Amino acid sequence: MSIKTLVQLFIAITLCITPLSTVAAKSVYKIGGIFSSTGRASFLGDPEKRTMEMMVDRINANGGIDGHLLEAVIYDSEGDPAKAVSAVNKLIHRDKVLAIIGPSTTPTTLAVVNFVERAKMPLISCAAGINITTPVKPWVFKTAQSDRLAVQGLYAHMQAKSVKTVGIITVSNSFGESGKEQLISLAKEYGITIVAKESFGAKDTDTTAQLTKLKKASPDALICWGTNPGPAVVAKNAQQLKIDIPLYQSHGVASPKFIALAGDSAEGIVLPTGKILVMDQLLDDDPQKQILQDYKAMYSAGKAGAVSGFGGYAHDAMTILAEALKGSNGDKQQIRDNLETLENHVGVTGRYSFSPEDHNGLSASAFVMVEIKNKTWNLLGR
Amino acid sequence: MEDLLQYLFSGISIGSVYAVVAIGLSMLYRSTELINFAHGEFAMFGAMGLVTLWGQFKLPLPLAFVLTVAGVSMVGILFERFAIRPIKDPHPISLVIITVGASIVFRGVAMVVWGKDPVALPSFSSHGSIEIAGAVIVPQSLYIVAAALVLAGSLHLFFRYTLQGKAMTACAVNKKAAWLTGIPSARMGLFAVLISSGSGAIAGIFIAPVTMNTYDMGTMLGLKGFCAAMIGGLGSLWGAFAGGLLLGILECFGAGLISSGCKDAIAFVLLLLILYLCPGGLFAQKQADRF
Repeated sequence: MSIKTLVQLFIAITLCITPLSTVAAKSVYKIGGIFSSTGRASFLGDPEKRTMEMMVDRINANGGIDGHLLEAVIYDSEGDPAKAVSAVNKLIHRDKVLAIIGPSTTPTTLAVVNFVERAKMPLISCAAGINITTPVKPWVFKTAQSDRLAVQGLYAHMQAKSVKTVGIITVSNSFGESGKEQLISLAKEYGITIVAKESFGAKDTDTTAQLTKLKKASPDALICWGTNPGPAVVAKNAQQLKIDIPLYQSHGVASPKFIALAGDSAEGIVLPTGKILVMDQLLDDDPQKQILQDYKAMYSAGKAGAVSGFGGYAHDAMTILAEALKGSNGDKQQIRDNLETLENHVGVTGRYSFSPEDHNGLSASAFVMVEIKNKTWNLLGR
Repeated sequence: MEDLLQYLFSGISIGSVYAVVAIGLSMLYRSTELINFAHGEFAMFGAMGLVTLWGQFKLPLPLAFVLTVAGVSMVGILFERFAIRPIKDPHPISLVIITVGASIVFRGVAMVVWGKDPVALPSFSSHGSIEIAGAVIVPQSLYIVAAALVLAGSLHLFFRYTLQGKAMTACAVNKKAAWLTGIPSARMGLFAVLISSGSGAIAGIFIAPVTMNTYDMGTMLGLKGFCAAMIGGLGSLWGAFAGGLLLGILECFGAGLISSGCKDAIAFVLLLLILYLCPGGLFAQKQADRF
């Protein structure tokens, strides 16, 4: 026998044996992830990436989906829309994944929306911006709560406290602008009048001038909409100016960091937040409680730091995708259709019911109102 | 009336921060003609040093103060020795670019050392805010104003009455002539950077309790400090002090009387106007007798 024949024989035998060894397991389902695990938005992307990896391991340990094991291909967008676009193209054309989870922020998500729409690739974003799913795009879903729901929760609470007039102070970045829009557009519905609108820079060290102006308008309540550290400056300044109008904050400050920064001035502040912050105070019949505690246990076991609601977005995206992959046979159109008809799926963030008109699927019940008391969060009854 | 007074007080609080940063910047320009865009980062190091030594290690405040200033001055010396002095042809543009580069390096180092989360510090004294005719000012703002006054005053005396100070001025006026009279100009340059980075650290230390301290706070401090120094006239210590307060007060009246959305725009338009009407800044003397 010549060398050539030997090689041919070897190849033939290998080809015969390989399918035998994998006959038990079906083909692998490849899913993609794009998170800003480094850079400015790493506080979002890092827990999301870790959560996705943990979830994939857990699903695989339980035998995968319909016998198919999962394989995650995760790229880092560094919070940069251009890098997110190149990652999404890699996932679509090179890795040929079935669906994508992420990106972490609204700008990166909006940058990739057109690409996934054209490639007919299901995408479940972990970003909060309302214009990701409004208007509805057939292939784009998201798990994070929109600002609109937070405003609804906050206004409902104020209505119960018979607050009629409010003064708002918002940070001048996309988070504050979006919050301001929702605060203004929903006010009428809840019988609330906005009597003064002010803004502050994300890095301002003093906001007493704006607060003085708000105080002069003498509203029933003040609402501050921003992410750390600005709102802590507002809280401190309000205390220094001895303003006795109740101060409300947004879910943007719902982290222990806010209490550390604002110190005493955080006492008595009321804000809407996801349930993860107060999971132990939830009633036992709350269907989210068990899921929250399971998620916390899984995350803590991974030694990845303190659990946060941000990782929860990726957790929910994974459980939703796992549900949609069932019975899809790896067909992207089928996955999308399964996503759109998913109902009453309970996750860390809330209860999802998708429909052709709603690709976020959450209701205002995804938020609870908490009050800061003795440097901790206290769940308020609805 | 009450709120006008409050805008003034808020302006003083914000302006004092700009002023105390501007003084170190102006001082370095006066003695080396170098505009140091890394000056805000020295203030950041001062603030973060205080966060570590006073906030975390619980050292007594005076000790933490001295150690922080000494530490940041050391960084200043290294910066001068390894980044500024080796330049063969010290063209102003290349020096400015070096300081911009240094500021990026400093920020990166601070991010690795102190992380990305902002940290708050308590005020130096536990007094509540002081109320005057219905308007409120926090004691820490008064400390910053005092620190800026003492800093400007002592630097003024230093340049006017000490041999060292006069020698530094001589180097700035004409390096070669100063060298001919036996002044070691290289050592004077080092000395100027040392004082400037030390005063940057002092600025940062006093600012730390009123702001949220992060690795990237220096950018804003440096830029606003630079504006303040420009308004006052680069090189003038009292000008830097007055320019800082003026910028802060303009911002607050802009926010209070017109709109908080464009308070920076209002302040900068006025800044342009001032520089248009008196190009050298408010306190600039004529070029010939600046020293």
